[in-house]
Amino acid sequence: MSSPILRLVAQRILLGIVLLLAVSVLIFAGTQILPGDVAQAILGQAATPEALANLREQLGLNDPAWLRYLHWLGGILHGDFGTAQSSGLDIASSISTRLKNTLFLAACAAIVAVPLAVILGLIAVRYRNGFVDKLISGLALASTSFPEFFIGYVLIFVFAVHWQIFPSISTVDESTPFLERLQAVVLPATALTLVVLAHMMRMTRAAILNVMQSAYIETAELKGLKPFDIIRKHAFPNAIAPVVNVVMLNLAYLIVGVVVVEVIFVYPGMGQYLVDHVAKRDVPVVQAVGLIFAAVYITLNIVADIAAIVANPRLRHPK
Amino acid sequence: MTNELDYLSRRVAAGKLSRRDFLGRAAALGVSATMANSLLSSAVRAAGPVKGGTLKAGLQGGESTNSLDPATFLSQVPFAFGKCWGETLVELAPGGGVEYLIAEEIGASDDAKTWTMKIRKGVQFHNGKEVTPDDVVATLKRHSDEKSKSGALGVLKSIDTIKADGGNVVVTLKDPNADLPYLMADYHLIIQPNGGVDKPDAGIGTGPYKVTANQPGVKHGGERFANYWQPDKYGHADQVEIVVVNDPTARMAALQGGQVNMINRVEPKIVDLVKRLPGVTIRAASGRGFYPFNMFCDTAPFDNNDLRMALKLAMDREEMLTKILRGYGSVGNDMPVNKAYPLFSDDFEQRKFDPEKAAALYKKSGHSGSILLRTSDVAFPGAVDAAQLYQQSCAKAGIKIEIKREPGDGYWTEVWNKQPFSLSYWGGRPTQDQMYSTAYLSTADWNDTRFKRPDFDKMVLAARGELDEAKRKKIYRDMGEMMRDEGGLIVPFFNQFVDATGKGVEGWVDNPAQELSNGHALIQCWLQA
Repeated sequence: MSSPILRLVAQRILLGIVLLLAVSVLIFAGTQILPGDVAQAILGQAATPEALANLREQLGLNDPAWLRYLHWLGGILHGDFGTAQSSGLDIASSISTRLKNTLFLAACAAIVAVPLAVILGLIAVRYRNGFVDKLISGLALASTSFPEFFIGYVLIFVFAVHWQIFPSISTVDESTPFLERLQAVVLPATALTLVVLAHMMRMTRAAILNVMQSAYIETAELKGLKPFDIIRKHAFPNAIAPVVNVVMLNLAYLIVGVVVVEVIFVYPGMGQYLVDHVAKRDVPVVQAVGLIFAAVYITLNIVADIAAIVANPRLRHPK
Repeated sequence: MTNELDYLSRRVAAGKLSRRDFLGRAAALGVSATMANSLLSSAVRAAGPVKGGTLKAGLQGGESTNSLDPATFLSQVPFAFGKCWGETLVELAPGGGVEYLIAEEIGASDDAKTWTMKIRKGVQFHNGKEVTPDDVVATLKRHSDEKSKSGALGVLKSIDTIKADGGNVVVTLKDPNADLPYLMADYHLIIQPNGGVDKPDAGIGTGPYKVTANQPGVKHGGERFANYWQPDKYGHADQVEIVVVNDPTARMAALQGGQVNMINRVEPKIVDLVKRLPGVTIRAASGRGFYPFNMFCDTAPFDNNDLRMALKLAMDREEMLTKILRGYGSVGNDMPVNKAYPLFSDDFEQRKFDPEKAAALYKKSGHSGSILLRTSDVAFPGAVDAAQLYQQSCAKAGIKIEIKREPGDGYWTEVWNKQPFSLSYWGGRPTQDQMYSTAYLSTADWNDTRFKRPDFDKMVLAARGELDEAKRKKIYRDMGEMMRDEGGLIVPFFNQFVDATGKGVEGWVDNPAQELSNGHALIQCWLQA
């Protein structure tokens, strides 16, 4: 490894940290302008003025905003996300179970979706503009165009209600054995795969097709290599950067954007946790989850950037 | 033939004949399947509960912010789970009146100000301790503390002192109240060891199930408590489980797929389809909940009774009931109570849609221009559609309604009880007194129609202290009349609780107090093989 790469990587990581801080300020400001306040939201229609006043005081809602922000940021640097205002539970421990669930579901979906998308992309390029290409693109685009809840309902109807081979309720907890866990996430992971497949597949196809215009591909063809070998050995390595970018975006989506699928399959992940706490104006939790989501996005983007840098031979072998 | 059927159904109940065989033989005797099924279920009920198995419910209304502290209960899941692990002093009986649980009997002094509750002996908490009057006193004190966040605080405000006296608990009230036993049935008032002061969310009560799993917003579970005091009545399944399923379609799918045995909140629009599914039984119970259109009686233009009456007459209640609730409810009569309440007189004249009369009264009121009505999806299911239907029926009377659709977020803080004309819901209360005291007394925090009438307040207080039932009933009739003709609420309909059970769930009892048989479904039902 040479210094330009190290410097670039270090730059990216620093930039990521700065971004994360900026995001934390934004998140905090955002939660401040939500209508209503935590106390009112917790008590709902059942709020009486006395109960409200008591709860506000107990939750420290009377402190100025900047003070609450600094307290919170200081806590996080010590690994303490605080306690949820609405339920009084420790946020870090509640989040860790949910985050594990979310990561597990995302991983299952990604393990299927990413290789499948790339392989389908390669096949589409090999038979470009032919029947196979059109079939793959058509099916993938169709599955992406359906809203997630629709795909979810169709899967539930076919596999859980009609054939009854997979459960429609994917509730898992820490004591659930691995195999049962896998069985529980089959349907949600399938739904997610169908949702993210087309984006990655189309990007793979486009990126490789772009490279296929190059002179060295023509050379390879003239050398008499098989079409698939040309794509695999010569075109794909040079198309990795844009593909990795799209893959990372979709991975980030699998972690932070799956609340609809979680609700339909009753999967205890981060999305539902966040939504519940937004509805209750539970600022500490919303901020913690928001920050984790931001960190996921930023990290995955850094990984994509670094992959692009490393994949670029001109940066790997400087003169 | 009847004898033969009776004999057969008893054999099924005893497990000696399969349900399918029974239906086949019944058909051979010329009995329709529906008829045969209902015969069968009454026989099964008569044969008594079957012990064992795991009863699972997929319920809407649970959040990851829920706690086991009964003082914080608000949504359906903590409510239903609370009934599994905890018990109150008394419970609302399905046919009206109270069922005695931890209190063995409750008696009042002649002025209805001092109440003596005899605490049942031999009732055990899950930690092995026996319930004492001191535990009851501590529980009531915790919930009636001004500093508490208890949802029962409002209910207990009228209590002056709470004392243990031998085997009794004596409560004195600031003002007479003939309804005290009903107040004690509030679902927040689960009796906890030492009132739950040390650890409010310990989940230790006297209910038929011990808490084994508590994952807020995901699932809750319990296993049968071996020393439960009335094992013949409640706690038939070995285990109970509540899975939080907030999506209505997913809930229905889970019931159909057999992953849960019962669900709550079946959407009215799918009930007719669901009914035809094999094994699924719809459990609809008319309740005390209603969906009002609230007008502020002290804010222009609604401070004019002619205008209010015009708006009431411009409501097509029958159409609302068929289109919004698909018939799963009953028409309202512009008062907050109905025949599900004790001491209700059902000789009121039903208010009907009368566009001519509405137009005349509207003209008489002198108001011109459109009237702003605020609505939102969260007011009740179908609230936006209801507002639009109302707009159309008002147009027939020449009244122009402008609809403003408010965001669900903040509806209860910014719109309800703040804006002069909006849609809302009320879950109802066990007694007329509680309903009127909560929302129609001049001093009530939740007076969401700004109905402030000293003469009405006097009637509420008079009825509350009256132990003679005939006299009370008369006062309530006058109050209803007044609400209906001068109040600020338009009630298109009272809703029903529509729940559903899957195959083999028996022992269901309809209860108007709350959904899921007042939350008792899990503890009173059993699984028939």
